[in-house]
Amino acid sequence: MITKRIIPCLDVRDGRVVKGVNFAGLRDVSDPVGLAEYYSENGADELVFYDITASFEGRRLFTDILKKVASRIFIPLTVGGGINTVDDFDRVLKCGADKVSVNSGAIKDPSLIYEAAKKYGDQCVVLSVDAKRVDGRFIVFAKGGRESTGLDAIEWIKRGVSNGAGEIVLNSIDTDGVKRGFDLEMLEAVSNAVSVPVIASGGAGCAEDFVTLFKALPKVDAGLAASIFHFGEVRIADLKRLLADNGITSRII
Amino acid sequence: MIAIVDYGVGNLFSLKSSFEYIGEDVCVTGDIRKIKDCEKILLPGVGAFEDAARKLRESGLYDTVIREAEKGKYVFGICLGMQMLLDRSFEYGEHKGLGLISGEVRPINEDVPEGFKIPHIGWNSLIFPKGKEKHPIFKYVNEGDCVYFVHSYHAKNCEESVIASAEYGGILTAAVAKDNVMGTQFHPEKSGRIGLDILKAFCEL
Repeated sequence: MITKRIIPCLDVRDGRVVKGVNFAGLRDVSDPVGLAEYYSENGADELVFYDITASFEGRRLFTDILKKVASRIFIPLTVGGGINTVDDFDRVLKCGADKVSVNSGAIKDPSLIYEAAKKYGDQCVVLSVDAKRVDGRFIVFAKGGRESTGLDAIEWIKRGVSNGAGEIVLNSIDTDGVKRGFDLEMLEAVSNAVSVPVIASGGAGCAEDFVTLFKALPKVDAGLAASIFHFGEVRIADLKRLLADNGITSRII
Repeated sequence: MIAIVDYGVGNLFSLKSSFEYIGEDVCVTGDIRKIKDCEKILLPGVGAFEDAARKLRESGLYDTVIREAEKGKYVFGICLGMQMLLDRSFEYGEHKGLGLISGEVRPINEDVPEGFKIPHIGWNSLIFPKGKEKHPIFKYVNEGDCVYFVHSYHAKNCEESVIASAEYGGILTAAVAKDNVMGTQFHPEKSGRIGLDILKAFCEL
């Protein structure tokens, strides 16, 4: 039986994980390789790395890190941040990424999804969308959620899927950082609109929020979060036990 | 030494790394002589069947893999590499496979009810066939252990060779084997500890 996926997300700037992390047994809490290994050994089903560096030097450091992670961690790796061209796909795939996440790059150049899917397959292309309610509609925002694009999120996501996006990460700006749970309304609208896997992001504050998510929306395939895992507020093994107690199947290791 | 056959499809970095991680000597190569010198052969594959089969043929490695397998060398196909071990595939037309295991590759939507997303992506648990001895590559694996799948096609009409399956609305073929030739539809190199244990068991054959 297919299982629900739990995905920690690591933001990396200049070779270090942003947001302090504090785990027992981890000497260097902002070392991406050590943290990735910790998650992998403790039940993460997949890892997402976002490169939030702007500099050339930072980008080089990021690809070095990616190679190290991919040579020691044998679960799927998704990489995003600064993906604007098919060459960017090539760069991170060569370092061991399995999937590549596009966001602003696809907004700037919508043909990017099609070109990348044609070359690497749909399963490789993840469309990541930051969306927010504006006048009762879900609108796509760019530049890390700072700038409205005016695009209708549901239409944008449908178009992305028909161009070859194999998976959707939906990050609700309305619930992100609030820690009161995922944006069920927005997630329902998206998961009803497309037939590819949908990954929920933004708003998880505790383990129960994942139970609520998967119970309310059985169509949602995975839950993604950063700080609650990084700060040790939720341990993935405990979260998975809670899911099992509630009749939700996840991979137990 | 294990040869990972490099015929120009996909990224072999993770696969190579996973063997290195478990301490196995491995070489990524498209050189016929090197493949002949290695004790075991690993046939990877991503993308579309037709394109991969054509590249394998153009690289001259198609016959090499068949000949080495017929000599009794262990051959392990992964994902599309496993599908290519069969007689033929019906992915966008009809295409000839290596024919090392009898059976064919068909779209999973023939077996998966509506409402189930295609491709089948994610971690799914393994089911072993009843009344058959567990295949040696699953020596360290238990029924119910999860492995990572990404695919829209699977092996069919190969009941005798099925050594593991997975449930996804219907029953999907997860692994096949016939004598010294075997393969998994899922990705052992992306299946965490369980996946590494499968590769280790293959190395120990």
